[in-house]
Amino acid sequence: MPPLVRQFRDFFVSLKLTVVLLALSIVLIFWATLAQVQLGIWGVQEKFFHAFFVLGKIPGTEVPVPVFPGGYFLGGLLLVNLIAAHVYRFRLEWKKAGIQLTHLGLILLLLGELLTSLLQVESSMRIEEGATQHYSESYRSNELAILDTTNPAFNEVVAIPEAVLSDGGAIQHPKLPFQVRIRDYYPNAALQMREQTGAITPALATAGIGPRIAVTPLRLTYKQDERNAPAAHLEFAGPEGSLGTWLVSPVLSAPQTFAYAGRTWEIALRFKRYYHPFRITLLDFAHDRYPGTEIPKNFSSRIRLQTDDARQDREVLIYMNNPLRHAGLTFYQASFERGDKVSILQVVRNPGWVLPYVSCLLMGLGLLLQFGLHLAGFVRKRTTTT
Amino acid sequence: MKRWIPVLVLLFAAGWLATSLRPPQNTGGLDLGAFGRLPVLVNGRLKPLDTVARTSLLILQGRQRVSDPTNPVPFVATPTEWLADVLFNPAKADTYPTFKIDSPEVLDLLGITPEDTKIAYASPVLRTLAIFDFVPKQRTRFPFQRLEPKLAELDRQAQLAEPVEAQLRTSFQKAVVQLRDRVLLYQRLKHSVQSPDSPDFLGELVHFQKALPAGIAAVRARQKGEPHDADAFKAMRTMAERYDFMDKMGYLLAVPPAGDEPNPTAWKSAGHALLEAFEGGGINPNVMAYAALGRADREKQPGQFNEIVRLFRDQLAKRFTPQLAKSDLEVRFNAAEPFYKSMQLYALAFLLAILSWLKWPEVLGRGAFYLTLLAFIATTAGIATRMWLEGRPPVTNLYSSALFVGWGSVGLCLILEKIHRNAIGSVAAGLIGFVTLLIAHHLSLTGDTLEMMRAVLDTNLWLATHVVVVTIGYAATFLAGFLALIYVCRGVLTKSLDQATADALARMVYGIVCFATLCSLVGTVLGGIWADQSWGRFWGWDPKENGAVMIVLWNAIILHARWGGLVRQRGLMCLALFGNVITSWSWFGTNMLGVGLHSYGFMDAAFWWLLAFVATQLALIALAQLPLEKWRSFKAA
Repeated sequence: MPPLVRQFRDFFVSLKLTVVLLALSIVLIFWATLAQVQLGIWGVQEKFFHAFFVLGKIPGTEVPVPVFPGGYFLGGLLLVNLIAAHVYRFRLEWKKAGIQLTHLGLILLLLGELLTSLLQVESSMRIEEGATQHYSESYRSNELAILDTTNPAFNEVVAIPEAVLSDGGAIQHPKLPFQVRIRDYYPNAALQMREQTGAITPALATAGIGPRIAVTPLRLTYKQDERNAPAAHLEFAGPEGSLGTWLVSPVLSAPQTFAYAGRTWEIALRFKRYYHPFRITLLDFAHDRYPGTEIPKNFSSRIRLQTDDARQDREVLIYMNNPLRHAGLTFYQASFERGDKVSILQVVRNPGWVLPYVSCLLMGLGLLLQFGLHLAGFVRKRTTTT
Repeated sequence: MKRWIPVLVLLFAAGWLATSLRPPQNTGGLDLGAFGRLPVLVNGRLKPLDTVARTSLLILQGRQRVSDPTNPVPFVATPTEWLADVLFNPAKADTYPTFKIDSPEVLDLLGITPEDTKIAYASPVLRTLAIFDFVPKQRTRFPFQRLEPKLAELDRQAQLAEPVEAQLRTSFQKAVVQLRDRVLLYQRLKHSVQSPDSPDFLGELVHFQKALPAGIAAVRARQKGEPHDADAFKAMRTMAERYDFMDKMGYLLAVPPAGDEPNPTAWKSAGHALLEAFEGGGINPNVMAYAALGRADREKQPGQFNEIVRLFRDQLAKRFTPQLAKSDLEVRFNAAEPFYKSMQLYALAFLLAILSWLKWPEVLGRGAFYLTLLAFIATTAGIATRMWLEGRPPVTNLYSSALFVGWGSVGLCLILEKIHRNAIGSVAAGLIGFVTLLIAHHLSLTGDTLEMMRAVLDTNLWLATHVVVVTIGYAATFLAGFLALIYVCRGVLTKSLDQATADALARMVYGIVCFATLCSLVGTVLGGIWADQSWGRFWGWDPKENGAVMIVLWNAIILHARWGGLVRQRGLMCLALFGNVITSWSWFGTNMLGVGLHSYGFMDAAFWWLLAFVATQLALIALAQLPLEKWRSFKAA
């Protein structure tokens, strides 16, 4: 074996590398925990864990430079180190079985986390008592929806992700007979009626509700219980010229419509929607408290689940620590609103959810076996010496 | 003769513990013991008045004794007696110094000058002791009477401070809000079973009872627009407002549900029960009973008082026998103070074990082991009682985690001591047992430690698995760290650490780290599975989760560094010492960030203690870096 390859191999199978990587992971996790106070849990995950490097800015500039290895980097190297060491030192021995099982579990756990960070989709479903819902909404991404509502039987929807709006410029879509020009875009903004603020600058919007509303840009919030509310001014233009400028924001609940090219159009900037092949009706939401206190004892939603193919129609009770699993999705009781009349379910698609269960079992068994053998050896040695 | 010393120590300590099991005695003719065992519903839990009295005093003034530094005799013999005064004789209770105020700014706000706080001791001995701080120089506890004139100002200041987020408040704002909350609790207690401004509440109720039929008739007539007795109507309205206020303020739900009420937890406040009298049917007899108790207490009529308590209890026993059994046991548990007593035993065991390294290793070592065992049995009994009272696995909040960490560590120490018999296990047990119980004591100052579990935590399965296993992981990691602490202190500072003992310590640390790895890893992964079950994600990078995984990673580092030959004995000890830092961060530090799903016990005073603890551990690691020649042990003789 050439010396270079051997060096390479020795580096990747060494225990020293393991220890260094583990130590760096501890530092990374500690740092990320502290950063959570400022950045919030989502910001931390993106900056520290779902990244190859933690980026910092050179003081006084906006130039990002890597300052510390990130989660993908450390996790990836640990995985390589683990697999390499086991392949290199593998021996089929009873004595080693514990360690091997533990590490196999760990490999599964790391892979599972990778899978989750890549494939997991989280959204929430907000249902009023008695109402039926067939889509869930994203927590953090928004989309610009342009609907052709001419046909009362169905709507034709064109959904444009928020990221496209933040790029600016103009959007042209084969299904739309007009161009959408992005006049301005704020990732987070507060909207107020102009009469209340006494704003003097002229409104950018010329149509819809926009001319009556003042837009104040806000800093992005990272708090776990707050949501960024973007706002944008969009100008629609056909070949013959501008049709007007509309203000859109998820905060504006009433749809804005206009007629063009003989069709009726509706526009809304809304939380990104995921449509499902089933619908859920909230029959009853209950919020129990301990007597004489406001301490919540239980939240539960009794729902009716009906699939579009009419093969399933059943009632389910979703409550704390007891979610509904259906069609690869899991529905958890997350929150409630409006004096216990509205239930909010968290909807998660995580194809890798089984892996942690398997790895927990493997690691627990492995460690028990390993330390059990140790202990047995220790006891045997003591009984023979005394 | 010397052989018998450990047994004597054991017998003596066991006898001392046994005395605590004696039921508490009444000091006067009033059977306040039986009164203290009556259950009421507070914060969602049915608990004896005795517990209410003790936790209220802890919240108000940080201790259960009601006394003045210049007078060795306390104002009341028991917390229950204090509560009886608050409920029935508020004018008297208002004179007891039960509000602890440390902040000079708040004292200033209340118009209390440094001259007022200064204690003038009559005896010259006490005066001398005060100079050396053996007895307090200044008063820190004040009666309600003293605060009363400035309550409006206190309330105004608290309202100004309240919109500021709790973590961002200045020390003045924190102190003001805290005192206002204490005053509110006190006022609410006073409105629990009677209206505090009424000199004779029973008389008032009898009068109300008589006026009720005419009053109700007047109200009904007025509602129909018919002619009515205007005075009777007005009197009714005044009473309604009065009892409505009592209902809103009342802290205790002291009135049991009526016999036909299906929900056994539907206890009511006295005010609420009185408001129901307007619907007809007369005054609730339970409210009457409490009012009669009040009169008997004020007029010191033991015969009447004791009879009413007995009848009230007999009435409850028809429906609440199991709850009464729990309530009775809780009072005994409160009086026995198993954790406080164990704390003293641990301290003694620690001292004996240390001494055993210098002299009489066999005798003192055995004595220390017995004391540790006794304290362990007492804490086990205490934890088991709490579990039965609550119907929960052992760890439900930060307080019980402190108890359990101590319990787990001491349990492991006992096993170590049984195997090695070198008093190291007893020293570690004494130290950890004492410190964790001290931490628990300070955590208990915030109120009742048997709390109801919030919705998401309301699952005995996960509390019994994830929480218990992770807490044992904490305990084991701490134990490894404390064993390393013994290694470094003994090695550097004394000559007593020989090679054999050092090797034994290294084996112990290694074994405990293995155990800690197992528990913290399995516990953390179980936590992930719980999170998957209730929030839909296995791992969310929440601060507490991060803390747990840091412990796992650190234990893994220790094991891999040892297997890879990267560290030897001393290195292992330093790594184990740093494990203390990581565990203390994970246990308390993460709660201080004020973010995340697990921040169930925010405390800021503890922050400085945490820093101090981390500093001592780092100092010990630095000490261990001294070259071996500088160590007092390990020198070639």
